[in-house]
Amino acid sequence: MASQLVSTTVNGDPVQFACPTDESLLNVLRDQLGLTGAKEGCGTGDCGACSVTLDGRLVCSCLVLGVEAEGREISTIEGMADGDKLHPLQQQFIDNAALQCGVCTPGFLVAAKALLDKNPSPTEEEIRYALAGNLCRCTGYDKIVRAVQAAAKDMRKLSKKR
Amino acid sequence: MRYESPTTTKEAVALLAGEKGSAYVLAGGTDLMVRLRMDLIEPDLMVDIKRIPVMNEVKKTATGFKIGAAVSSAELGENKALGKAWPGVVEAARLIGSDQVQSRCTIAGNLCNASPAADSVPALVAAGAKAVVVGKSKRRTVAVDKIVTGPGETSLAKDELVEAITLPKRAARSGDAYLRFIPRTEMDIAVVGCAVSLTLARGVVKTARVALGAVAPTVVLVPEAARALIGTKLDDNALEKMAAACSAACDPIDDKRGTIEYRTRVAGVLAKRAAKIAFERAGGK
Repeated sequence: MASQLVSTTVNGDPVQFACPTDESLLNVLRDQLGLTGAKEGCGTGDCGACSVTLDGRLVCSCLVLGVEAEGREISTIEGMADGDKLHPLQQQFIDNAALQCGVCTPGFLVAAKALLDKNPSPTEEEIRYALAGNLCRCTGYDKIVRAVQAAAKDMRKLSKKR
Repeated sequence: MRYESPTTTKEAVALLAGEKGSAYVLAGGTDLMVRLRMDLIEPDLMVDIKRIPVMNEVKKTATGFKIGAAVSSAELGENKALGKAWPGVVEAARLIGSDQVQSRCTIAGNLCNASPAADSVPALVAAGAKAVVVGKSKRRTVAVDKIVTGPGETSLAKDELVEAITLPKRAARSGDAYLRFIPRTEMDIAVVGCAVSLTLARGVVKTARVALGAVAPTVVLVPEAARALIGTKLDDNALEKMAAACSAACDPIDDKRGTIEYRTRVAGVLAKRAAKIAFERAGGK
């Protein structure tokens, strides 16, 4: 299998890796870069557990080739907290018990952040639509939606302070 | 698998022409990558078109809009001029998949993937969209309804790819709309899709195009349905005639998502609703 050398940026850091041309970005992140936050649920772009952002846009990393990352900027769940300080979304997921098994959680957090970056005050309906590409088989979604609403509120307060 | 990401259409076409084995064009990859993951395809060559500048542009031209083959649905949704001129095309493109899929999926890919249930295709057909097809020795512009020949089948030659989709310049007092029926509210494959595009003159429909998805092996344009609308203000009689023409044009499959009878009936119902929205968007009363 042909391998290709790829230079990219992951969570702000320059990264180089060599990967088979048909390897998914998800597998590269997990197996080569040790970033195991993104998960493979379905491998077909339906469950969103592998969500990352690519040049600022939310994508399923299982449907992106590793070689496509050349020169792009990738953000994963590992880049979400500021050192030891959790992102408001992460904190609210804990406070609202918006997770059980946790497999879908990194994807939900990345997708919710992508939403709040674009729309700081989403309605409940907008939140549910924005997270429709993320499946959770434990929580029934209500706690997740409430956590996103609470985090949005926290983030609006923080941006006012600045 | 050889992966190439050329920076010109000419290079991309030369790569396709030069490959002896199986070659695939990679745009957003939301269908192609699924097939790759499921081992349904074993490409010898994959040509990624996303590094080709002309394929990443939405241009307003003298004759309408030119949408590069690598432009994502999310980007289409952010283009205000396009949304104003062709709201039905944009809403159809925006219905495809989740936000994750929206960031990557393209209307050119939706067309070339050749699914009978493709959401953007009925809207493109109703809009009279054309595909700019580039091959090794020639470039041709063809109506989008000539691209798909059957489920998963296109009329593109091995060395050809779609460089852009063009939409005509919009006449005043025009509107289009796309509706699909799915059993849930989001993230599903159309059981029936219907697009209507029309232009008014003195308050009545002057020209119209009606297209149906997911009710036949390819998206179908239904001229009889359009004729039923022309010269009317969408009175009940015109709408009933159009709905009957839509149902008559259906040749659907029976599957877990919808029976033949159901799809045939819903095609008419959706057509009526889509026509009303298009009429209203055109300023009709």
